[in-house]
Amino acid sequence: MIERIVGFFGDETHATRRRRLFYLVLVLIVVADFLVSREHAEYLWERLPGWSAVYGFGSCVLLIFVSKFLGHQGGLMRREDYYD
Amino acid sequence: MTDFVHPALLFILGAVPIPFLKGTIRKAYLVLIPVLAILAVLTVQPGSYGAARFIGQEILVAKIDRLTIIFATVFTIMALIGMVYALHLTRPGQHVAAFVYVGSALGVVFAGDYLTLYLFWEGMAFASAYLVFAQGGERATRAAFRYLMVHITGGVALLGGIVLHGLATGSLLFGPIEGGPIGGGMGAGAYLILAGFLLNAAVPPLNAWLTDAYPEATVTGAVFMSAFTTKTAVYVLARAFPGTELLVWLGTAMALYGVVYAVLENDSRRLLAYHIVSQVGYMVAGVGIGTEMAVNGATSHAFAHILYKGLLFMGAGAVIHVTGRRKLTELGGLYRKMPLTVALYMVGAFAISAFPFFSGFVTKSMVVAAAGQDHRALVLLALTMASSGTFLHTGLKLPYYMFFGTDRKLEAREPPGNMLVAMGMAAALCIAIGVFPQPLYALLPYPVDFEPYTGVHVTESLGVLMFTALGFVLFLRALDPENTISIDTDWFYRKGARTFMWLAEKPLARYEKAVSNVSETAALPFLHGTARTGLRVDLNAVDAVVNGVARAILNGGGTLRRLQTGVVTHYALAMIAGVIAATAIFAVAWQ
Repeated sequence: MIERIVGFFGDETHATRRRRLFYLVLVLIVVADFLVSREHAEYLWERLPGWSAVYGFGSCVLLIFVSKFLGHQGGLMRREDYYD
Repeated sequence: MTDFVHPALLFILGAVPIPFLKGTIRKAYLVLIPVLAILAVLTVQPGSYGAARFIGQEILVAKIDRLTIIFATVFTIMALIGMVYALHLTRPGQHVAAFVYVGSALGVVFAGDYLTLYLFWEGMAFASAYLVFAQGGERATRAAFRYLMVHITGGVALLGGIVLHGLATGSLLFGPIEGGPIGGGMGAGAYLILAGFLLNAAVPPLNAWLTDAYPEATVTGAVFMSAFTTKTAVYVLARAFPGTELLVWLGTAMALYGVVYAVLENDSRRLLAYHIVSQVGYMVAGVGIGTEMAVNGATSHAFAHILYKGLLFMGAGAVIHVTGRRKLTELGGLYRKMPLTVALYMVGAFAISAFPFFSGFVTKSMVVAAAGQDHRALVLLALTMASSGTFLHTGLKLPYYMFFGTDRKLEAREPPGNMLVAMGMAAALCIAIGVFPQPLYALLPYPVDFEPYTGVHVTESLGVLMFTALGFVLFLRALDPENTISIDTDWFYRKGARTFMWLAEKPLARYEKAVSNVSETAALPFLHGTARTGLRVDLNAVDAVVNGVARAILNGGGTLRRLQTGVVTHYALAMIAGVIAATAIFAVAWQ
């Protein structure tokens, strides 16, 4: 069973179904976020349904590009024999 | 004392027979001791044990309260899992080192005074360094020496702090540092102790030892290392410095620091090591916030973290064990050959990413919620961003490039059964804690008033995580691992040492040559003359004496040469013997 589940995420044959399932999950999460009750919201953004989706996506993109910028332009990434 | 068996003693004394046991008996013994230790921890009663006086100071070998018990519980559980993972090793060295390491970590957790704490603190450093040395090869040996030197430096800072703190307060009992967050202004001693603790917690800029050494350790050694050193540091911070404002900001910065470096990393276990830095950041921040909920959060997160991080290191270790490769640029397409490893690794990945029904969800969120409750919006947002980064790397990037991605047609199979069993144990706990958080909450130092499974919390977490996945899918190519290493703060001592060596080899050597030139042109002719005169005297009178002395030196030198084995462990032993001797002399002199 485990083999089949892992295979579903790896095999090229399932690529289309995988993508559809993924987008379906994304839509469901946003819809659910509009439906749950938000009584205890303390901060402004917490009252906005869907903010976490935007924030998660933004964080991800920001982290990738800021890090890569620091790595390439900031000189953090070096050849593997740098210390030899 | 009869009603209390010190778990640290179980491990440290229990390490002695290991080399003399063989085969199945040794394996049974290696599992038996951690099981006994778990039982010992489960049956301990809060209180103080082993009070004594040493060099005029109060010593308290074991002081037990709720914070002690929860850390000791997870340490002994992890010791059992780690031992099962390492059962296939035939040579006893790593088992012995791991036992001493776990025992020392437990010694720190139980320590009621600073001297006991310091003793076990150093024991941890030496025993864990062995797990890096045991890997063999030049890279590992160099990394192990750096690891040892950094920890010895940290230990000296800690000892200095302990002495100053002891002189200032008149007591070496280990507890909240008075006058810290409340009374305003800590003394120099308290700052030195804090520095020693922060070094072991791998707080930047004192973090590089961790990401430098852990990936160089043995496959099984890294599993132990990922669990104990940083979490003992979290424990001592929670004990001595709760509510220290500085820790909030260091912890928050640390959570993001680890995530940024993880983007750049190509070595699978170094990527995971940067995530230790990031995750310990949550705990340090929680301790810094210092409210009951925050300390509960930091403690429970340490508990969950030890298990899922161990699991992740076991997964990456299994890949290294069967393929011999560690770089993401050289891995890929393993999922068909090791599906069980993939599945177990992913449980750890979901746990660290805080997916609902996995352990991270019920613990990490407590720290984040405590930050929110304490009106720290910036900390809350930064920690949420770090969560996104955690899933991005440990949950998506690492498994994608290690198990899926480009099929490199590597020879691979599932790892040995004992490794899979150990991973299964950790995975089961990761899920059990996520689904039934109450038993863990019941162990926490303060009463828990927190419900992780509310609708909004579940949808918000899933929103952050799954839209991180969307970012990953869209920008996959930007994340392709590159064949590089990243400069961290170890640059200062790795390049600094080189500058020192250059100084010694170039300017100093040139100076030495100049001096010898002068002596050759001017002093030598004069010396030759005197020497000839001297020779006559020497041949007749002095020779006899000199010959006698020379023979003595020759003999002494021979003995010394036999002592200089060049084996690192021998030197380490000599150092420990030296420390004990110095302590003894110190003790006598003090009284």
